[in-house]
Amino acid sequence: MSADSSTGIAIGARHPRMERALFLYAPLAFALLFLVGPFYWMLITALKPDSDLYDPTSSPLYVSAPTLEHFRYLFERTDFVLWLQNTMIVATLSTTIALVMGVPAGYALARFRFRFSELIGTSIFVTYLVPTTLLFIPMIHVMVQFGLDDSIWSLVVVYPTFLVPFVTWLMSGYFRTIPTELEDCARVDGMTRIGAMLKIAIPLARPGILSAAIFSFTLSWNEFIYALTLVTASTERTIPVGVLVQLTRADVYFWGPLMAGALLGSIPVAIVYSFFVDQYASGLTAGAVKG
Amino acid sequence: MTATSRAAGASPRRRLSDLLEQERVLGYVLVGPVVILLLALVAYPFVVAVGYALSSRTIADPGVFIGFENFVYLWESQIYRRTVRNTCLFTLGSVTIRIVLGVSLALILNEMFPFRRLVRASVLLPWIVPTVLGTMAWLWMFNPNFSVINWALVNFGLVSQGPNWLTDPDLALFSVTLVNAWRGTPFMAVVVLAALQAIPNELYEAATIDGAGKFQRFRYVTLPLVMPVLLTALVLSIIWTFSDFGIVYGLTRGGPMNSTHVLATLSYEAGLRAGNIGEGAAISLTMLPALLVLIVWQLRRIRRSAI
Repeated sequence: MSADSSTGIAIGARHPRMERALFLYAPLAFALLFLVGPFYWMLITALKPDSDLYDPTSSPLYVSAPTLEHFRYLFERTDFVLWLQNTMIVATLSTTIALVMGVPAGYALARFRFRFSELIGTSIFVTYLVPTTLLFIPMIHVMVQFGLDDSIWSLVVVYPTFLVPFVTWLMSGYFRTIPTELEDCARVDGMTRIGAMLKIAIPLARPGILSAAIFSFTLSWNEFIYALTLVTASTERTIPVGVLVQLTRADVYFWGPLMAGALLGSIPVAIVYSFFVDQYASGLTAGAVKG
Repeated sequence: MTATSRAAGASPRRRLSDLLEQERVLGYVLVGPVVILLLALVAYPFVVAVGYALSSRTIADPGVFIGFENFVYLWESQIYRRTVRNTCLFTLGSVTIRIVLGVSLALILNEMFPFRRLVRASVLLPWIVPTVLGTMAWLWMFNPNFSVINWALVNFGLVSQGPNWLTDPDLALFSVTLVNAWRGTPFMAVVVLAALQAIPNELYEAATIDGAGKFQRFRYVTLPLVMPVLLTALVLSIIWTFSDFGIVYGLTRGGPMNSTHVLATLSYEAGLRAGNIGEGAAISLTMLPALLVLIVWQLRRIRRSAI
């Protein structure tokens, strides 16, 4: 964030302008085209009438007659509103569960020494690294046993399996950076251990909890394989699965509504993210550095 | 204080709160729910998966124990072998592109230029947006008839006819790899950028005074300080790419002619679409050895840095 630019590369003194253009702006333009270009393409496709979309003579790069017909199709002819609602419910509830379980567990692992605490910490970290694609087949069976198959509640129960390890790991790292003195003082003054955690440590850890919450929310919003395999009724689907399954049926692709759905489905996470860019970046880094 | 409360504390509530004052007890109470959740919904499904993989279970038939027959069958299957090869190429290719682009992007974003914050925020989009939804934009850009990439290639006079990105079996694996790298590059860039910004300026000043040039500053100051973070991001990226499902599923469903199947999509195809649950579970379990090596390596790195 500072004005420091001494990574030790490029920017020299002899031909500063040309060097900047060559080593900074040219690669930057390429990176933006590659990374952000597809979203521009998504946006203008969603706004183009079908007559333009499938006309090879019209230039694909801009919209001459924007229309909302694809969005109307999405709302009137598909279950998009239900998918949106389902995704909201699943993401909110599983994030809440992840925080309620993960924050205290992270605190305990950071502060207390008890038998097997090392082993438990390591196991939680290992489950954070275990990919969901390893367990989706048996998970269907387990959800049937729990009586939760084919409903969004199975997702509310299953998402914490990858959110909780992440939150616990992130938070135990965060609590370790908070000095224990304040909690010690409060306990000398007669506060209980639980009181010290709830009234002192957790409020101090608010930035870390916020990162964990944003992460958990976007991870559940984006989840795909469990949402695809645990839920099959169209009315119980989440946005990523609904958009993909209903708008790319039987090799007939509804490109306009597909792009409109992809765009609308991305906007909520993009908004959450735009408010908390810095927390997001620091959460990413903390997650990577510490785990 | 504790003595008096103990003396007075015959009531069960007092005894409970005394218990919770013990580090050991409170530790178990706070960590317990997480352990129970992970036993019930990670360890137990894992055991079920192993059971399936050793059985002839299908959608229609609970099946019987058949030992390692599923694995032997896979070992001899052309499609499975091809899938293993695809998965390795997919992972290797994607991770290489991520490192090259991610590190370059981090170095660029560490410079000062107008709208830097906006640029930094927008290049993270591929990572933020639901993977499968972002992938749909690529599916449309790779469309055989209306591909904007081909339109650009033809209009710039680079080719007379654009390639079939997803329908040409020789090119499709490259295309899905590229999209995976697109998704993962921002993560690499942001993590490396944070590491770059954490390097104190004094180190560069000291190096300059000692007569280090630009290249030497990069080689002896930047690189060693960024390396640990880069390695961790690398391990995570390998694990996520190796086990990825959404991008291949969204773009090709493993086709054409199984040329883009990775282990996760083949496991879905065999286990759920074709209904051979035992075989499907066996396929996904074969990811385990490679994952274990990476996980153990990462654990040892963390241990070492903790000491």
